[in-house]
Parts: sequence; C-alpha cells; structure tokens
Amino acid sequence: MTATPEARVPWDRWDAPAEDWMLSGECPIGTERTLLLELAARILFPTVLVFSLYLLLVGHYGPGGGFSGGLVAGLAFVLRHIAGGRSEGPEIGARVKVRPPVLVGLGLGIAVVTALVPAAFGAPVLSSAKFAFDVPLLGHIEIVTSLALDVGVYLLIVGVVLDLLRSLGSGIERDAREAAAANAGEAA
Amino acid sequence: MNATLLPVLPVLLPLLGAAATVVAGRSAATQRIIGVTVLAAVAAVAAVLLVMADRDGPVVAEIGGWPAPVGIVLVADRISALLLLISTIVTLAVLVYAIDQRIVDYGRRTASTTFHPIFLVLSAGVSLAYLTGDLFSLFVAFEIMLAASYVLITRRTDATRIRSGMTYVIISLASSLLFLTTVALVYAATGTVNLADVATRVAELPTGLQTVLALLVVVTFGIKAAIVPLHFWLPDSYPNAPAPVTALFAGLLTKVGIYALLRTRTLIFPEDHPSTLLLVLAAVTMIVGVLGALAQNDLNRLLSFLLVSHIGFMIFGLAVSDAQGVAGTALYVVHHITVQATLFLVSGLITRRTGTVSIDAMGGLAKRAPLLAVLFAIPALTLAGVPPTSGFVAKLALLQAGADDGPATAIVAGVVILASLLTLYAVMRVWVRVFWGEPKEPLPDPDPHDDLVVGTARTSRPMVVASAALVVVSIAIAVAAGPLSGITSRAGDDLVDRTPYRTAVLGDGGAP
Amino acid sequence: MTTISLAMAAVVAVLYSVGFYLLLQRSLMRVLLGVVVLGHGANLLLQLAGGPPARPPILDGTGTEGMADPLPQALALTAVVITFAMTTYLLALGYRSWVLVGHDEVQDDLEDRRIARRRTVKASMGEEVSDHGEETEVDPGSAAASDDPVASVGENR
Repeated sequence: MTATPEARVPWDRWDAPAEDWMLSGECPIGTERTLLLELAARILFPTVLVFSLYLLLVGHYGPGGGFSGGLVAGLAFVLRHIAGGRSEGPEIGARVKVRPPVLVGLGLGIAVVTALVPAAFGAPVLSSAKFAFDVPLLGHIEIVTSLALDVGVYLLIVGVVLDLLRSLGSGIERDAREAAAANAGEAA
Repeated sequence: MNATLLPVLPVLLPLLGAAATVVAGRSAATQRIIGVTVLAAVAAVAAVLLVMADRDGPVVAEIGGWPAPVGIVLVADRISALLLLISTIVTLAVLVYAIDQRIVDYGRRTASTTFHPIFLVLSAGVSLAYLTGDLFSLFVAFEIMLAASYVLITRRTDATRIRSGMTYVIISLASSLLFLTTVALVYAATGTVNLADVATRVAELPTGLQTVLALLVVVTFGIKAAIVPLHFWLPDSYPNAPAPVTALFAGLLTKVGIYALLRTRTLIFPEDHPSTLLLVLAAVTMIVGVLGALAQNDLNRLLSFLLVSHIGFMIFGLAVSDAQGVAGTALYVVHHITVQATLFLVSGLITRRTGTVSIDAMGGLAKRAPLLAVLFAIPALTLAGVPPTSGFVAKLALLQAGADDGPATAIVAGVVILASLLTLYAVMRVWVRVFWGEPKEPLPDPDPHDDLVVGTARTSRPMVVASAALVVVSIAIAVAAGPLSGITSRAGDDLVDRTPYRTAVLGDGGAP
Repeated sequence: MTTISLAMAAVVAVLYSVGFYLLLQRSLMRVLLGVVVLGHGANLLLQLAGGPPARPPILDGTGTEGMADPLPQALALTAVVITFAMTTYLLALGYRSWVLVGHDEVQDDLEDRRIARRRTVKASMGEEVSDHGEETEVDPGSAAASDDPVASVGENR
C-alpha cells in the first residue's frame, strides 16, 4: 500500500483493476466486457489445462483419455475466447504461437506413428506394451505405450477446437465487423 | 516386414501423409511431393496385396493383436485388393490433374492447408472401406470418406454452388444415420459386428428379421451407390464441383457403395437364385439413368446421369447372385471406376477450352483440339461398350452371367443391351454436337474469381497427361482382359463360396 | 437376440420420427436439429442393442457377472463423436450459406425448378411469373453459363 493512494487514484477510479494479473495485456475495445467472467476465466484457464493433462495421463485405467482430455483443454480455450478473446486484437489464434492446423497435423502424425511403431518390433499394428518403474517421491508408475496415441489425439482435438474458434469464433465476428463497417461506409 | 502389416498401410500411409501435408502447410511443393509419393506407395502396396491374395488367399491383419471376432480385422481378399489397386491408381491420376489445375489457376506457390490433407484422408477412408472386415469400421470408413468429401464439395464454394453441396451433405448424413441404425439392429440381433461372424449368426435368425436387415442394407448402401429411386441427389450435386473433385467422387464414392453391397449381399445375405428386388432395381436404374442423360444439355449432368445408369449394370450382376454374376460386377466396377473418372476429367478439359458446359454452345472441337477429341472418344466408346474396349468385356461378362438364369434375368439382360445402345446414342450425341459442326468461339469465364475456371483454354501438360494416363489404363484393362477376368472370376467364386473369407478371418471355426 | 423395454422403444420411435420430420424441412437449421435428434435416436438404439442396464464394465477383480456389454458403449461413443463433428460442419455450412445467400434454405433441384418454370410459363401463357421469381436463380456451371433455351425462359420476366 502506498502512503497516499487517494492523491494518485481519483475517487471514481478506486475500483479499477490495478494488479497485473487482472489486466489483460492489449485489452481490446471496452464494450461488452464482464469483469467477473474475465477474472474467472483467468483463474480457471490454467486449472482446467492442468485437469485436462490429468485426464490424459490417467486415461488408460480410469475415466479420461486423449479425447476427453483434449476436449477439456479445448473448453478452456473456449472459455477464454468467450471471456476476452472476442473482438479484434487478441484473438485466441493469435495468442497461441502454433497455428492450429499444425497442431492437428502433429497430433494425427503422432497417433499414426504410434500405431506403426509396434510393427517395427514384429508386433501387430496398434498393439501396446507396458513399462513399470519406481520413481522416488511419486512411487510406482506404469506407463503404457498407448499413452503416445492418446497424446496425439489430445493434440489433434485441441488443434481442432482452436481452429474452430479461429474460423467460426473470431472469423464470424470479423465478418460481422467488416459488414458493419461496409454498411457505415455506404450510409456515409 | 511381416505380411500382416501390409493391409494396414493403405489406411495409415495416407493418414500419415495427411498429417505431414498439414504440418508442411506453407510449402506447396512439399505438399505435392508428399501427396503423390504416398498414393504411389499405396498403389504399390495394393499391387503386392493383390498378388498375395490371389496366390495364397486373403491377407488378414488383426489390429492390436486382438483376433476376430473380438478385435477389428483388416482383410485383403481378391476383390478388395483389386478394387483398392484400381481406386488408388485413379486417385493418383486425379491428384496429378488437380495439382496441375491448381498450379495453372492459383500459381505454383499457392499452398493450402485443406486440399492435400483432405484428399489423402478421403483416400484413407476409401482404403479402409475396402479392407475392413468389421461392420462398424465400415461405418467409420464411410464417415471418414464422406466427411472429406463434404469438405471437397463445399470448399471455396460460392452463392450458387452451395445449394448442391447442401443437398449432398444432407442426403449423405441421412444415409449415414440409417447405416448406424443398421449397425445397431445387426448388433442387437447377432451380438457381433465382425462381418464373418455376422454371416454365421444371421443365418440362424428368423426369416422376417433377415429380410428387414437385408432391406436396410440395400437402402443404406443404395443411397451411397445412387440406385434409382435413391439416386436423385447425384446428378444434382456432382456436376457443380470442380472437375477433379467430380471425377474422384464419380469414380470412387459410388463404387465404394457398390462394394459394400457386394460384400454384405454375398457374405451375410447370400441367395441361391436371382434376387427379384435387385433385378427390378437394376433395370429401373439403367433405364431411368440413361433416359435422364438423353434429356440433358449440360455435359457434366449428362455424365452424372450416365453414371447412375451404369450403377444399374453393376446391380444387375449382383442380382444374378451366382459366382459368374458377382465376377461380372467386379469386372464392371474395375472398368467403370477408370472410365467414369476419365470422362469427368476430360469434361473438365473441354469446359476449360470452351467456356461452357452446355453442349449446344460447343461445336467443332475436333478440329481445334484433336487430342481432346481422342481423349473423349476412347472412354466414351468404352463406356458404351463398343467391342474392343474394356466396357465390352465387362458387359459381355454380365450378359453371360445373366443369360442362363431363367426368364427374369434374360429380360433384364435385354435391358442391359438396350441401356448400352442408349448410352452409345447419348455419347454419340455429345460427340456430334461438341466435336463436329461449326467451330464456335469459346465463351468468356462468367466469374473469373470462383473456383471454376472455364473458357480460358489454360491447361497444363500434366493435366492432359493425367487424363491420357487413365485412358491408357482403361485400354490396358481391355488388353489384360484375360488375366483380369481370371482374377475377377476367382474373386466371384470366393465371394459366393464364403469359406475362404470366413476361414481367413475366424480360423477353422469359420467354416460353415 | 436382445429385447428392449417398451418405454425405450417408444423413445427411439419418437426420436426417429421427430428427426426425420425435421430432416425434411427447408431450413438448414432445422435440418441440423433433425440430424442431432436422429443421431441421438441412433445412438440410443446402439446402446439398447447391448442389452438391459447393468453394472459398469470395469474389471476390478469381481468377475464379469452382471456387467453391461461394453462394445455398444464404445461404438456409441465413436458414433457420438462423428455426429458431433457433422453437427459442427453443418453449423459452419449454414453460416456460410447465410453469408453468401442471406438465408439458409435448401433450395430445389435445378431440374425441378426448370420443370416448374416450364409449367408456369405454359399455364400463364406469357403472363407475369413474378411469384416464381426466385426460381430464376440458376447455377452457373450448369445452365447459366449456357444458352439453354429452357433456362432463358424464366428470365423473360
């Protein structure tokens, strides 16, 4: 707390967000924003991503797996898109450095390669093997090779959701904006 | 390298290629190389599979090491390996044509993140449909193939072409949901989805239930194969897509429906005598299709109606239900995949030359473009079944099969001859109006910005070469008619006998 | 052979009839809803094909007694994903149609429109055919790019 907050913050701005984590970087136009949703999205986004990774890892024995994990991760991005990703500027696709189609291709590639690798060891295609080992702190861990397939599916689904957000989410809004601008131009 | 890997490759290689072309989305040249290489590799694998299946019987791959009927199996027997080989060759030629059309229209450096991957995914779906030995995987294969085809037919679409895309998508979705219903009912009735296992258990069901399931199968695949009266979507949607897409769809998609009918009819619902329902459907399809073609002025629509008509020929062989008839259908499918795709590719070349698809507005092309005339004449005569061509060989096989099976088949065999003559009349009409007569000036492209390039006469050598290659393939089919009909008649024996397939999939327990 | 309860059979029947009814509508949005409902019906049927409700099919050392059949569940899961993908695709297509054409109506076959136009012209003997005005939209690449006498009839309005 600074010594004289009243001196620097005008009385009508006292509840404006000051902390970094509450400010979105290049905040878009100020219309139609809900602070509640943006804040919730900022807290939930990393949590949901971690949860999706959890689903991905436990998928072999418990409920979860690449598909549901990928969908949950995708939903995190959807939440972020709804909260603040709309409008121009920080489109969700622009924030993610990897282009969504590359993510889809990478996921598909990993999945197919995982399917083919057992053939190199003389096993049938898509068969899986299990490795078990003990790790200090974490205890006994079993890793099944089909996890790689799940990782591929996970990436693919995340890529698809991001691509959908880019083309159907931001794309539609861009179209609408351009149409509105064109109408305004004609009216003028 | 174990043999069980081979049936998996035609599915996984295109998928891997699709992944690679997406990742290489910025480099058009890389995409082209990957696409062509992958399809050439698949064609090689298919050839090996055909040789192995013909020599040693069906090649079976158990996915994940789970044996049938628990796990999913991929089975390459004679018929699936043969159709896989010819389909892949046609797909490869169409890809070369499409690549060069893209180079001519958009420039050498234009990359796309959708075209190549979707094309390869479609190829993977087609391969899976031919190879799978599992009813549900067949559904998945159809979905992969159709989803890719939805994208191809509505890609870069404009206001006037989106309607035909919608018709296609809605009809296909309806048939997919019917297919899913069929899968559910078959599973409820038999407790399995493995085709060989289903075949054993369906025989134990009450006759009424068998009939219901058989009818559902005919309707489901009848929509996909465009059998009259389930054909109405085809002439409405196919002609409006770009030429390579239409060629691919006309060559492959309906034939996959025919293959699914062939497999399920012979394996699951075998009949000892000609099927009256299919005979009627075959006759109606042949006549309605060819009469529809005669009424058309639009070249692509005319070809689409001819496609519908010739689906009837394949149904005829299937309806005869004996080994000879099934073999005739197999041979006809091989011939028709090649010829129909060629005709649509050449139609694309003609449209680019003349600027129109209206037959009335063309004329005198034989003088201006003699090569184009030859490229059109050979597949057109082949389609009509003029003697030295592969169409004649295939039609003869069908007629021989239908000649000695009672009066009903004899009548429909007469319809086959009538439909062939009408087909000849239809293509002659095109020939006279388009290639003879006063040369007419090409019309300008009505909309230079859309995906359909017409009237510019801008073609590249590879486009012509790709079309010519398919013409050569169809001539090769005629030349190699002896060995080929040997393979198809052995395939027909296998299909009607059912034992080789079931033993290969289920082990000795599969023998009836 | 498995049999299903009457209530479930009725639900499936309702889903199928509603689905097919919606599928026959003009608007792509209703068609989309039809596909969704029909997909639910088909998936429910697939579930029912596995027999009556039972214990979840998870192996935990207690044996397989009283377990549900896992295969239809796996199949239904795959089918749900496929239906979901198709729904998304139809949504995109509907949007595209709305952008391009201004509505999402599925229009008549070109041939149907031509025949309808021919009949109208014959019936009205050259009178105004304005109530069929929208049917003069023709597909380029089919008839618009041609000197089709039939196609040009409708344009004499």
